[in-house]
Amino acid sequence: MIVFALAQLLPGDVGRNVLGPFASQEQVDRLNEALGVNRPLVVQYWDWISHFLRGDLGTSLQYQVPVSDLLGPALANSLKLAAVAFVFVVPLSIIGGTIAGLKRGGIIDRVITVGGLSLTAVPEFVTAIVLILIFGVTLGWLPVTATAPEGASIPTQIEYLLLPSFALVAVLFGYIARITRSSVMESVDADYTRTAYLKGLTRRQVVGRHVLRNSLLPTIAVVATQVGYLIGGLLVIEKLFNYNGIGQRIYTAAVNKDFLMLESGVMIVGVIYLVATFVADILYSVFNPRIRFQADG
Amino acid sequence: MSGMSEAAAGIQPRERDIARRETLRQLAKSKTLIAGVLIVGFWVACALFGSTIAPDDPLELTDVVLAPPSGAHWFGTDALGRDVFSRVIVGASETLKIAPLATLLGIVLGTTIGLITGYFRGIVDESISRVIDAFLALPLIVLAVTALVGLGSSNTTLIIVIGVAFTPIVARTVRATVLGERELDYVDAAKLRGEGSGYIMFVEILPNITGPIIVEATVRLGYAIFAVAGLTFLGFGVQPPSPDWSLQIADNYQLLSSGTYWWTVLFAALAVSSLVVGVNLIADGLQQVLDR
Repeated sequence: MIVFALAQLLPGDVGRNVLGPFASQEQVDRLNEALGVNRPLVVQYWDWISHFLRGDLGTSLQYQVPVSDLLGPALANSLKLAAVAFVFVVPLSIIGGTIAGLKRGGIIDRVITVGGLSLTAVPEFVTAIVLILIFGVTLGWLPVTATAPEGASIPTQIEYLLLPSFALVAVLFGYIARITRSSVMESVDADYTRTAYLKGLTRRQVVGRHVLRNSLLPTIAVVATQVGYLIGGLLVIEKLFNYNGIGQRIYTAAVNKDFLMLESGVMIVGVIYLVATFVADILYSVFNPRIRFQADG
Repeated sequence: MSGMSEAAAGIQPRERDIARRETLRQLAKSKTLIAGVLIVGFWVACALFGSTIAPDDPLELTDVVLAPPSGAHWFGTDALGRDVFSRVIVGASETLKIAPLATLLGIVLGTTIGLITGYFRGIVDESISRVIDAFLALPLIVLAVTALVGLGSSNTTLIIVIGVAFTPIVARTVRATVLGERELDYVDAAKLRGEGSGYIMFVEILPNITGPIIVEATVRLGYAIFAVAGLTFLGFGVQPPSPDWSLQIADNYQLLSSGTYWWTVLFAALAVSSLVVGVNLIADGLQQVLDR
């Protein structure tokens, strides 16, 4: 949370930034006074963090409405988009990574590894634009905007979210698949796998019961850390598709120097990341008895 | 790497030379690395000499607006009549200045912090590690946007912001390597000789962990280009009228939905993709040879 102290220190003269260079010093001072930004930073920080914890995010400097009214719906929209992306990327990359790990060194392995690496490396807005060109413009299969018309049914809404989420999937796939691949390779080589084969289990049983269960652990950890990245990606993707989510809000707040909204948005991103890491820790211990028993003892 | 460095840490300079030559030989054989070097080298050459190769001035406005690709304009012209081919050729120059400098800054700061925390352990290590954790809770781009709003966008602030954002990540990697290295005999030997901590960290340990640091630097360079591209697309990075690829995309992507004018965006998109893929191929190739 130290980060937010840093974020607080950055803005400089808030009143000057809001009113622009042509306002008189007197006006700037009055606005600073009204906003309370001329108080000592420690007081401001305490004020802001205690309000934040109570769910009161303050008033947007730009829109003059409570920040929570703007960020709440935006967060819901972002979560929808992120959920669609996750629904695709998690199974896809686990399957891809597992196949690559089992067929190590083969052509399929090369395609998945190199393809995944390339997709991960390419900035998401570039992937998104190529996707728009192919599926939206040339083939005309999918809508090129992310926001469905008012009152659209849920399947239609999802249809509108497909293109933006595919761009996120492309970036995440290579990363998650790569971790799954290396941990699958590790557990294929492990003694317990050999024992399982020697016991006379079929390949399907060995992979399902032994290899997969052991190799999913690192994957879970990676998926959780990628939640943080995902939100960074949302910033760009939501801007590109003009989708009203938390990324778009942070972007507008940044462009308009709406510091209160910017800080709250960034804070929410941090909280989401922490929650995701926490959930991953719990899942990790559910899947891995060794850690669970350690905690009990 | 650690196996090799232990050998190299020995007293024989000849042995060290042989080990180094062997590493270089392996590097020269890596197809991934060569492919990456060729791609990145191409764009570096374009950035350096592009203004002489490019058929037109990348900034010159003409009346030939949004012309499709033709003999006169291979990649067509954009909404302001600028030659897209010329702009793509020189489009990397800005990024190729910012990203390496930001990476260098992050590597130098991160390595120093990593060496200190890994070598001394204890309370310094504990407190710095907590700050690092807090930093890592925010995606790079969100952190950078917040900082750039406060500091204002220029190439210098961009380098500083990305470099500082990389520091904790580099520090973490270096720290992990130092933790393994400080238990080795040559560190104890240096301590017995009565060498100071600074000497041991920078003269004894640092040369032995260059492998992981070089790998980390290449990986970071890839992320730096990614970050500059994303920030520029959002309007917080490289500023107009630079022919930067991401800027070209940001300027023209809204023309896409009409279905025509694809050339204003597609070539820049392919160019930036090839550059980041190239850097990542280099990182991958180096990793295969230098790690273990």
